[in-house]
Amino acid sequence: MTAAGTIIASPWGSVLAIAGMVLVTFLCRIAGVVVMSRVRITPRIERGLRALPGSIILATILPVVMDNGLPAIAALAAAIIAMAVTRIDVIGLLAGLGTLAVIRALG
Amino acid sequence: MPPAPRPYFSSSGLRQGARAALPAFPGFIMFALAFGTAAAQKGLSLGETLGLSAFVYAGASQMVGIEIWQKVWTPGTILTIMTVTAVVNARMILLGATLQPWLRDEPLARSALNLFLITEAGWLVGTRYHNEGGRDVGVLLGCGLILWLVWLVATFTGYFAGALVPEPRRFGLDLVMPVFFGVMLVPLWKGAKPALPWLVAGLVSLVVHALVPGYLFIIAGALAGVAAGMLIE
Repeated sequence: MTAAGTIIASPWGSVLAIAGMVLVTFLCRIAGVVVMSRVRITPRIERGLRALPGSIILATILPVVMDNGLPAIAALAAAIIAMAVTRIDVIGLLAGLGTLAVIRALG
Repeated sequence: MPPAPRPYFSSSGLRQGARAALPAFPGFIMFALAFGTAAAQKGLSLGETLGLSAFVYAGASQMVGIEIWQKVWTPGTILTIMTVTAVVNARMILLGATLQPWLRDEPLARSALNLFLITEAGWLVGTRYHNEGGRDVGVLLGCGLILWLVWLVATFTGYFAGALVPEPRRFGLDLVMPVFFGVMLVPLWKGAKPALPWLVAGLVSLVVHALVPGYLFIIAGALAGVAAGMLIE
């Protein structure tokens, strides 16, 4: 086995694995800023980026909510309604979790 | 509307950001508890577990990472875990892209720290503040710092006390992250037309989720939403 292979096979391998994960994750974190500082932001690009926050939210939660069925849909609806009415995020969160807990306790 | 002020940094923003991050705490605590518990069950050491949470600091990739964790590493398995991590975390490239105008004049080191601390939840809190006209970069950093701390403490707790945590399902805590995301959708709402790309994103993510295992559905949906946003005038 080569010297590098010996180090990787030793307990230092875990450190290298974590370091590798840290490196690629940090590159993902900075890449957007680095690229955008070199690109002229046209109105088209701006429109695309403006659509991102809502798009990420729906892309993240829709499959999860569908997998969990009706209780999850009801909880999400309660959270959104409470937030729309009060505009206080903590209340929206509590309304959603409370709805889910009640439905599951009854079901 | 008056023009937004230029970006600046204040330490009072740090406190404001830490407070604004509060609704994201439950999601972070539940996820990190689950990660700490799973890591202990898989036989990772405390150092490895905390190392992942402290320095990778990206929940989905940490969970996938410990699924393919090795007792004895080879160059091949390290390359695999790096590749999988990059795929799961590629969506962060998009988050950073939206932050660039806000961070443009920031000193390099502080931007590096700010971006190291970026998570979806923290970014959503920061985006909401920015959309409402706020430009204090301290808010973003304060939010990132407090969430990182919460993440680390909850990982530690999960590693040792994971078995003691009561059934999270009973309190609806397994869905705390989606519910928080749903709440954060409300202040983003500017009418039906700007929300059309969201619909595209949601539909594409549903399809990809049904066809492809793993977390690919997030970035697929997000990219579809951005593309739709660019195409819709």
